[in-house]
Amino acid sequence: MQFLIERFPLYLDGAWVTVQITLGGSALAFVLAMAFGILGTIKHWLPRAVATVYVEVFRGIAAMVLIFWMAYVLPDLTGYRLDRTFAAILAVGLNVGAYGAEVVRAAINAVPKTQVEATVALNLSWFQRMRLVVLPQAWAQMLPTFGNLVIELMKATAVVYLIGVVDLTAIARQVRDATGETVIAYMGALLIYFLIAQVLIFGMRLLERRANRKLGRTPPGGTGLGALLRHPVVPGAGGGVSG
Amino acid sequence: MIWDFEFTGRILPDLLGGLWVTVQLTVIGYLIALSLGLAVAVVRRVRVVGPIVHGVMEFIRTTPLLVQAVFVFALVPPEISAFTVGVVVLGVHYAAYTAEVYRSGIEGVAKGQWEAARALSLPVSRTWGAIVLPQAIRKVIPALGNYLIAMFKDTPLLFAITVVELLATAQRIGAAEFRYTETITLAGLLFLLVSIPSAILIRRLERRYAAV
Amino acid sequence: MPPSETPSAETPQGGAGQPQIVFDQVVKRFGDLTVLDHLDFSVEPGERVTLIGPSGSGKTTILRLLMTLEKVTEGRIDVAGEPFSHMRRGNHLVPASESYLRRRRRSIGMVFQQFNLFPNMTVRKNVIEAPVHVLGLSKGEANERAEELLDLVGLGDKIDAHPTQLSGGQQQRVAIARALAMRPDILLLDEVTSALDPELVAGVLDVLRQVAETTDITMLCVTHEMAFARDVSHRVLMFDKGQIAEEGPPEQIFEDPREDRTKSFLRSVLDNGF
Repeated sequence: MQFLIERFPLYLDGAWVTVQITLGGSALAFVLAMAFGILGTIKHWLPRAVATVYVEVFRGIAAMVLIFWMAYVLPDLTGYRLDRTFAAILAVGLNVGAYGAEVVRAAINAVPKTQVEATVALNLSWFQRMRLVVLPQAWAQMLPTFGNLVIELMKATAVVYLIGVVDLTAIARQVRDATGETVIAYMGALLIYFLIAQVLIFGMRLLERRANRKLGRTPPGGTGLGALLRHPVVPGAGGGVSG
Repeated sequence: MIWDFEFTGRILPDLLGGLWVTVQLTVIGYLIALSLGLAVAVVRRVRVVGPIVHGVMEFIRTTPLLVQAVFVFALVPPEISAFTVGVVVLGVHYAAYTAEVYRSGIEGVAKGQWEAARALSLPVSRTWGAIVLPQAIRKVIPALGNYLIAMFKDTPLLFAITVVELLATAQRIGAAEFRYTETITLAGLLFLLVSIPSAILIRRLERRYAAV
Repeated sequence: MPPSETPSAETPQGGAGQPQIVFDQVVKRFGDLTVLDHLDFSVEPGERVTLIGPSGSGKTTILRLLMTLEKVTEGRIDVAGEPFSHMRRGNHLVPASESYLRRRRRSIGMVFQQFNLFPNMTVRKNVIEAPVHVLGLSKGEANERAEELLDLVGLGDKIDAHPTQLSGGQQQRVAIARALAMRPDILLLDEVTSALDPELVAGVLDVLRQVAETTDITMLCVTHEMAFARDVSHRVLMFDKGQIAEEGPPEQIFEDPREDRTKSFLRSVLDNGF
């Protein structure tokens, strides 16, 4: 324990980089998921095809392959070298965004057809229908899976040390190399990853509750802080992003 | 830099060898995940032990596989091979996911089924083995299928403990020959070559089971 | 599905007494199933028409065609003397485009069997959303209109409630207010009491009676509430197998039906306690 406490500031630096990549990647993944998810619900074949290609390609490639590709192949092909942290954010964002797009598409399609009919009867345009009625309702359904995806994304960032980003895992390696204490060095990293995950889960749970309240629902499991701290339910599908 | 086809042909056999290691890791790891996950889901309903097991699995689920692999590899005696550690860590990591899937299936079994078993005075083993689990598992088969592909794509992480699978092979060749374009791109394509058809196959199976 | 034959571009004669709604040889098929079979009928402005008949006879489809939730297979529909299911292009009529429909259906409102309130909005929001975003009313004007209408339906005190906090009957009254807030010329009522518990039906029907008495909105009403149909409507159309089996003023249809199909239908409805 003494061992870890002495090196705590070092770990904190790494954790901060991990958090930055996690938040940056999540923001990118969110934008991509929304854009391609909505494209996937349009009747015309072209936007749907674009969405399918994005989803299948970036779900098919492991985030790690993507990171390698961006770090080694892209500069080779284009002569342009991305900032490494940015490349890391791009890779995990593109990867998780593909999973998110499927979540968004499914959630939009799950909004009852009768709701869409009501918007026709009120003569709302496609844009108004999406913004005012469909997305706010689909939102509550997306959030639990988004919560899982954020955790998956955080876990996926553990490979970014491979392209030279000094994240939490990189720090564990440094400590190991300096002291030879692999077990303790990596134990420290695991504990901090776990803490970050718990904070992320807590934050997503807050968003979920707010969304459910907006729909006039009481979240399952009751209200109050106790319900917030209870462990989340992992749905059958939706998890399992590379990382 | 231009694509070198001669070089591509030369490295392909090595990459396919790496792909074979990847497939082995995936399949054996998946079998571990399926069986251990089921055990965890059942044990979770036991008092005291259940919450502890759940906490451990939650820790495993929310921390990176790569870090776990290095941690465990350093923990076990050196006689145990990297492949063995890799396959076990992969399997246990995903057991944390499959356990949740099984749990949702178990909770989906109607309360009346438990009550009927109680009314017939069936022993616990029969209640689980003949009544609850068969119904629960049938329902979650599609959800379990997704994790096969997820595990396939996570195998590269095991290079951190020197398991040389597809991507590690590509990385090695790339480093030795100073050519990353062909090696990494080809590795990516091989991943797609396996994962996209598998995804289509699993989706088809899903539809079949969903229809039942 | 596009119409298999392009109808002629003639419109009904304009001027006074021009019908509000005209169905001209309208056919609607879903796959092999013919729901409406060369249907002809018209509705005058301000007229209140009740559509009755066994389920599957095509009544609801008529409302859904008018709300543009479905497209005609053959034939055409005119509204307010202008083509509605179709639009003019040169001397021809072609199936209406989405933007044309959007412009034309502004004068039509609909109340659904399942209310279809938006669960992500309060009652107030439900009512003002379309007036603000479609009609371009200011928030203040829309709110004023919403308050007035919610008072009319007896829910002025529920204006800031959530739909989920209301009973079915209250939700349906909000849905009526929401439709009226668009000041429609035509109001379509699709079995608006069928999803309600029996004790809540009267409240909704009272609101509709009031709307009928105080406005000159053209109303098309699919219902099993025979007493309501008798009180409110000018004319009753009895549907069977996609065609009009019999039509006439309510007194005649209910008290002295001529067709056997009408008689047996009315008997079955009354036996079921409607």
